[in-house]
Amino acid sequence: MHASARPAVSVKITPPVTTPSSREAQAPLVMRMTVDKVNFFYGPKQVLFDIDLNIAASKVTSLIGPSGCGKSTLLRTLNRMHETVRSSRLEGQILIDNQNILAEDVTALRRRVGMVFQRPNPFPKSIFENVAYGLRINGTKLSMSDAVEKSLRHAALWDEVKDQLHKSAYELSGGQQQRLCIARALAVEPEVLLLDEPCSALDPISTAKIEELLVQLRDLCTIVIVTHNMQQAARVSDFTAFLLTGQLIEFSPTPQLFTTPSDARTEAYITGRFG
Amino acid sequence: MSNRLRWRKFVSHFMLTLTGICTFVAVAVLFFILGYLVYHGGTSVNWNFFTKLPAPVGEAGGGMANAIVGSGKLLLLACLFGVPIGFFGAIYLAEFSGGTIAFIVRYAADLLNGVPSIVIGIFAYSLVVLPFKHFSTLAGGVALGLMMIPITLRSTEEFLRAVPKSLREGAMALGASKWRTIASVVVPAAYRGILTAVLLAFARVAGETAPLLFTAFGNRFWSPGWTQPTSSLPVMIFTYAIAPYEDWHRQAWAAGLVLLGLILVINIVARVILSRGVAVPRT
Amino acid sequence: MATTTSTVPSGSPIAGSRSFITRLRDGDEIARLITFLFAGSVVFVTLLLVYELWQGSFLPRHKFGFAFLVTSVWDPIFDKFGALPFIYGTVVTSLLALLIAVPLGIGAAIFLAELAPARVSDTLQFFIDLLAAVPSVIYGLLGVFIVIPIMRQYVEPALKDSLGFLPFFQGPAYGIGFLTAGIVLAIMVIPYIISVSREVLLSVPRDQREAALALGATRWESTWKVVLPFARTGIMGSIFLALARALGETMAVTMVIGNTPTISASLFSPGYSIAAVIANEFTEATGDLYLQSLIELGLVLFLLTFLLNGFARLLIVLTSQRGSGMGQA
Repeated sequence: MHASARPAVSVKITPPVTTPSSREAQAPLVMRMTVDKVNFFYGPKQVLFDIDLNIAASKVTSLIGPSGCGKSTLLRTLNRMHETVRSSRLEGQILIDNQNILAEDVTALRRRVGMVFQRPNPFPKSIFENVAYGLRINGTKLSMSDAVEKSLRHAALWDEVKDQLHKSAYELSGGQQQRLCIARALAVEPEVLLLDEPCSALDPISTAKIEELLVQLRDLCTIVIVTHNMQQAARVSDFTAFLLTGQLIEFSPTPQLFTTPSDARTEAYITGRFG
Repeated sequence: MSNRLRWRKFVSHFMLTLTGICTFVAVAVLFFILGYLVYHGGTSVNWNFFTKLPAPVGEAGGGMANAIVGSGKLLLLACLFGVPIGFFGAIYLAEFSGGTIAFIVRYAADLLNGVPSIVIGIFAYSLVVLPFKHFSTLAGGVALGLMMIPITLRSTEEFLRAVPKSLREGAMALGASKWRTIASVVVPAAYRGILTAVLLAFARVAGETAPLLFTAFGNRFWSPGWTQPTSSLPVMIFTYAIAPYEDWHRQAWAAGLVLLGLILVINIVARVILSRGVAVPRT
Repeated sequence: MATTTSTVPSGSPIAGSRSFITRLRDGDEIARLITFLFAGSVVFVTLLLVYELWQGSFLPRHKFGFAFLVTSVWDPIFDKFGALPFIYGTVVTSLLALLIAVPLGIGAAIFLAELAPARVSDTLQFFIDLLAAVPSVIYGLLGVFIVIPIMRQYVEPALKDSLGFLPFFQGPAYGIGFLTAGIVLAIMVIPYIISVSREVLLSVPRDQREAALALGATRWESTWKVVLPFARTGIMGSIFLALARALGETMAVTMVIGNTPTISASLFSPGYSIAAVIANEFTEATGDLYLQSLIELGLVLFLLTFLLNGFARLLIVLTSQRGSGMGQA
């Protein structure tokens, strides 16, 4: 598969041929979300050009690229958070399980596609109430305390906070707050979890904990992560998409993109020649 | 050091000392006022003051119980009328509106804020007293409520805007609709500031006299319900201070002490709450 | 697959059944509508106020026209109403108040902004803010029982003895009148001048002061020649704000001014202000022309304060813009 000289690049995934033989890699991939010919504008200015992307279910897909390349913008279209900006305009389709998310009710969508932000943003409430917030809005089959415990365990935070659930979330450290935000997002059992540079405000130890967490979370949901840290993408993700000035340059299984990139620009970025 | 330089330095020290004196004078006035009120009114603030009705003209004794209750009723009405308008209007400005409408509303609020209180009294008179053909607690409450609107509106808007966008996005990303985000996340995050805004507005109108002069008017007895004229602390202070009776003067000082004490306490409480930090704490 | 263009939702119904979720979406629309109504009511009330003032002064406006503003006769018995004595009294007392309060206030603001260490400055500002919260009627109380006797026994005789050749300090001195009202008003507006001026001075970029000091200026010279001129517009704004407040002051003025519609050069003379006459005579007004004349006075006062406030805010905005612009040089 070659990158063409045209700005629009259409990329589809094929199962990798030369990756280590693990059953996981050779099983046919289910696509959880599809981005189909998406063009995105802030007012008159176009920010994303003809993006075609498939997000594989139960895998970690990372979006990398230099500052301003549009990776965060693209991430935010996946749960329609772009609609909080008045001048934004989206052309094309985004599908989740073959349903167009743009035709669906946005609050129902956001239960299925959750988001964790760059800086931890817990609510000014207790730890318990933060995790319970989404449950209170959307309802839960379990009892509230069971559901909260379950999420906190999934976020690897339960042991650290189980005795202080009613303390303010602001008393936690930065890394703990971010894991709390992950727990909060997981509580509503989303199908897809979007993470926008979740570790950029954290120290290395917290970062490592969260990266460990993300790999395990694949069993629960599909993960899409934006990161400016290439090593993180290489450590954590199964598939990597490289964006540059609003265009999708290359999209491949992670090992392939980092060892044998198909596009010269990808190679230039990952070897540090720019960005 | 040359003479000229010595002179310039002298001038500098002199003028700056003067400014210190100005400051001292300004601040001293506050303590002077408080001191006098305590001195003249302190002894007169007794149980009678709070429980008795005014005595017939010329007789000693009596208190201001009806004025205290009257002020209480007026302020309650003012809050009921003014705070919701200010609060919900601010939510509209901070969360929903576009530039032009927001500008118009803010401009109107600032305009209303700058209207002299006596003119607000005229307005309330034509709105409430004229149609009902008599003075009433309601009219006084409306007048005071009108004065609470701009303060509540502008301050609440400011504190709502100060809530970081990331909190709103966090809630929306969990599937909360806009109104739910506002009600369960934004307003709780800003509640301290909003509370202080309301307290300060309350303290401001608690001392207002002019708008009550021809709305609530006055009453030497109890004022049942909301549609009768009612006495109030500020109006009593005014009436008693300009009257020729010594005993009334004494009571005016007492009322002044009580009123100012209340207002200052509310102001101090509000500012202390504010200083504890209004913005959502960050890690 | 067909391409769909999606713009930011504007409240149009979405395709699909009216499920619970769709109705929830409408909850946002209802919230927007309700809060809009509250916000709109502010505008409505303000417009209504202007309307009521205009309508309520119908009779005298038509009978006297603009002559109302320059007639000095106020005789309710003969249905002759002129606003001049009140405009005069309002203006004189306010200007007097400014004359006293501005130097004192700016001086204090300079001290707080330039000299006092931050904690001291903040603490003192706290007290000044409390002073601004003292209601008018309390100042009136002090005016009646403290200021008037002092004026009558000490200040006015002293002025008469020393400056009695000036028309301002002639005539009998009873302690009430323009001068006393001006002094009480001055005490009331000082906190406003201090607060706003202090803020304006604090916002002057530090490099302005440093440039002056680096050239060998004394603290005072740097303040007087560099900082104050830079903050000039904002301080003017604070003065206008204080003036607007003084114009509208009712209770303290009516308790010490003497309540007589007189125009006199003597500051010892009793007088009247617009707010004071409305306060005193509104409930006693017999007849529509009388009452509406008082309302017209209210309209005049409203217009005066409206213009002043608008001008003041403009000036303060201009200063802060200049400050940020030049700070980036």
